[in-house]
Amino acid sequence: MKILVTVKRVTDYERKVKIKPDGSGFETEGMNFVPNPFDEIAVEEALRLTKEHGGDVVVVSIGPNDATQQIRQALAMGAQRGILVQAGELDSDAVARVLQKLVEKENPDLVLMGKQATDDDANQAGQLLAGYLGWPQATFASKTEGLESAEEKAQKPGVKVADGWASVAREADGGIETIKVQLPAVITTDLRLNHPRFASLPGIMKAKKKPIEEIPVASLGVDITPKVRVLKYEEPPARLAGVKVADVDELVNKLKNEAKVI
Amino acid sequence: MPGEGVPKELDGDELSEIRLAVRRFVRERLIPHEAQVEDEDEVPEALVEEMKALGLFGLSIPESYGGLGLGLEEQVGVYEELGYTSPAFRSVFGTNVGIGSLGILLDGTESQRQAYLPRLATGELVGSFALTEPDVGSDAAAVRTRAREDGDSYVLDGTKRYITNAARAGVFTVMARTGSPASRGDGVTAFAVDAHLPGIEIGAPERKMGQRGAKVCDVIFDGVRVPKSSIIGGVPGQGFKTAMKTLDVGRLHVAALCVGAMQRALDEAARFAQTREQFGRPIAEFQLIQAMLADSSTELLAAKTMVRATAARFDRGKAPSADASRCKLFATEALGRVADRAVQIHGGAGYIADYAVERIYRDARLFRLYEGTSQIQQLIIARDVLSPG
Repeated sequence: MKILVTVKRVTDYERKVKIKPDGSGFETEGMNFVPNPFDEIAVEEALRLTKEHGGDVVVVSIGPNDATQQIRQALAMGAQRGILVQAGELDSDAVARVLQKLVEKENPDLVLMGKQATDDDANQAGQLLAGYLGWPQATFASKTEGLESAEEKAQKPGVKVADGWASVAREADGGIETIKVQLPAVITTDLRLNHPRFASLPGIMKAKKKPIEEIPVASLGVDITPKVRVLKYEEPPARLAGVKVADVDELVNKLKNEAKVI
Repeated sequence: MPGEGVPKELDGDELSEIRLAVRRFVRERLIPHEAQVEDEDEVPEALVEEMKALGLFGLSIPESYGGLGLGLEEQVGVYEELGYTSPAFRSVFGTNVGIGSLGILLDGTESQRQAYLPRLATGELVGSFALTEPDVGSDAAAVRTRAREDGDSYVLDGTKRYITNAARAGVFTVMARTGSPASRGDGVTAFAVDAHLPGIEIGAPERKMGQRGAKVCDVIFDGVRVPKSSIIGGVPGQGFKTAMKTLDVGRLHVAALCVGAMQRALDEAARFAQTREQFGRPIAEFQLIQAMLADSSTELLAAKTMVRATAARFDRGKAPSADASRCKLFATEALGRVADRAVQIHGGAGYIADYAVERIYRDARLFRLYEGTSQIQQLIIARDVLSPG
């Protein structure tokens, strides 16, 4: 089977993001960029599925030329080739329509995407893509057996594919919902689907030689005019200092009358 | 708390993808297991498997033999990353990257290379280097282990001491005397010896001051019969030269590990100083603490810069052997001072095993002793300074 996987270049979640003084965006100076962690899970799942069923994994990123680094990281994990759609910041809808064009060109059996990117947390591109393609979707894919299971240790896929259908355990509020979707389909991955592998050092060397096709976004004929505009970014309010209380009575009193939580 | 540390950027340079991958592995997989290794004096087998999967055993072995074929400059970059955590982890594969494979790579016959290097590169086989003996340390040419010619084979007798990874080894590079006792270095031959041959006995691991989890043992050869084809390079009497060739690389590796360890000690000390309060404010605000941090940071930069520059010149074939000694001497001694200051900044806490600097202080001591003591490095350096021309 052929699987198309998206990998977004995002700011390192371990670094504190600095907002520009005018609130228009983020300081990129000195920032570290990593593959969206949810997308790494998608790459891992794709690699496990093609190991079991045969086939190729094609990695797509939409972003600046530097996003080649994130594509290479996925190639180092084991994906076969990459596509970079050279573009600036796009909203989720534009991303979905760009991906639609690529899907029409590549004809994959499955599109695997992180459920959201850790930079804007929009959680829309996968759903929109399925809508534009008219494909079934299964979002928030998880692993019923859990991440400590023998299945996970044996690097088995959590998404089960058989007879042209994919069975997906979805993380829903308070439990797991298992559904079957007919392929081709769009599946988005949640945190508890797998532990992504470390790219091996020989894998990194090999990735340097794997092909990455570069496609200017303008050549796809997609209208990327934003439908969503970000107006402003703000820091969360600073935490206030705590207070010490003399005894339990004072604590209860404060909780009741000041914090009003009991 | 130990293991909480997140490595800071070692520099503002663009780090290679290889190095970043190793950094991530060190940060996410190794540092969280430091305390366990310290307690159990053992690197967990599952982590050894992860190191194999990552490809760490094959860092220096050429791609044509299944390794990564990294140049020395890239190797020292990777070793800086590994120096940031317990040296026990590096020790697991360190002999495969350095002294345990290098003799076979540099001087071995093609069939010896084919026989060993691909399995050393994957970690399927662990290579170990057996030169040191009870009475053979700094005077490396005084090897007493005998290799007696007997028909198509040689018979080895003798005891090797402090042999790293002996218990895991699949193949030993053994230095043994084929010439007369007076022959010094010219009478020493290097053999690639299968570790499972009859007559080889591995002693109990030594109890050490630090570097827990890294195992050194005696290896006793009692009438061990090896074919003549196991002479590395096929020609007797070349062993001492082979051993000396491996040392420059080993010394740069040690120096690079010390750079990583200095960075860790400095990061731990700086973080502690910013959170520990005395006299109503963080101790980092006191100038006597600041002076220690500044001195350590400066020595770190000096060591890092000289190790990298020297490795790059080795790659271009333009560095004298004594420069590896200069790097080893400075970096190991500087780490001693940096680790000492890190403990000092921690105050009483620095003597408590819950803090990483307590381990670093003990681990640091060995670097000034092995792969040539500081005094041996001084002799090599002085000889270079005083040599004519």
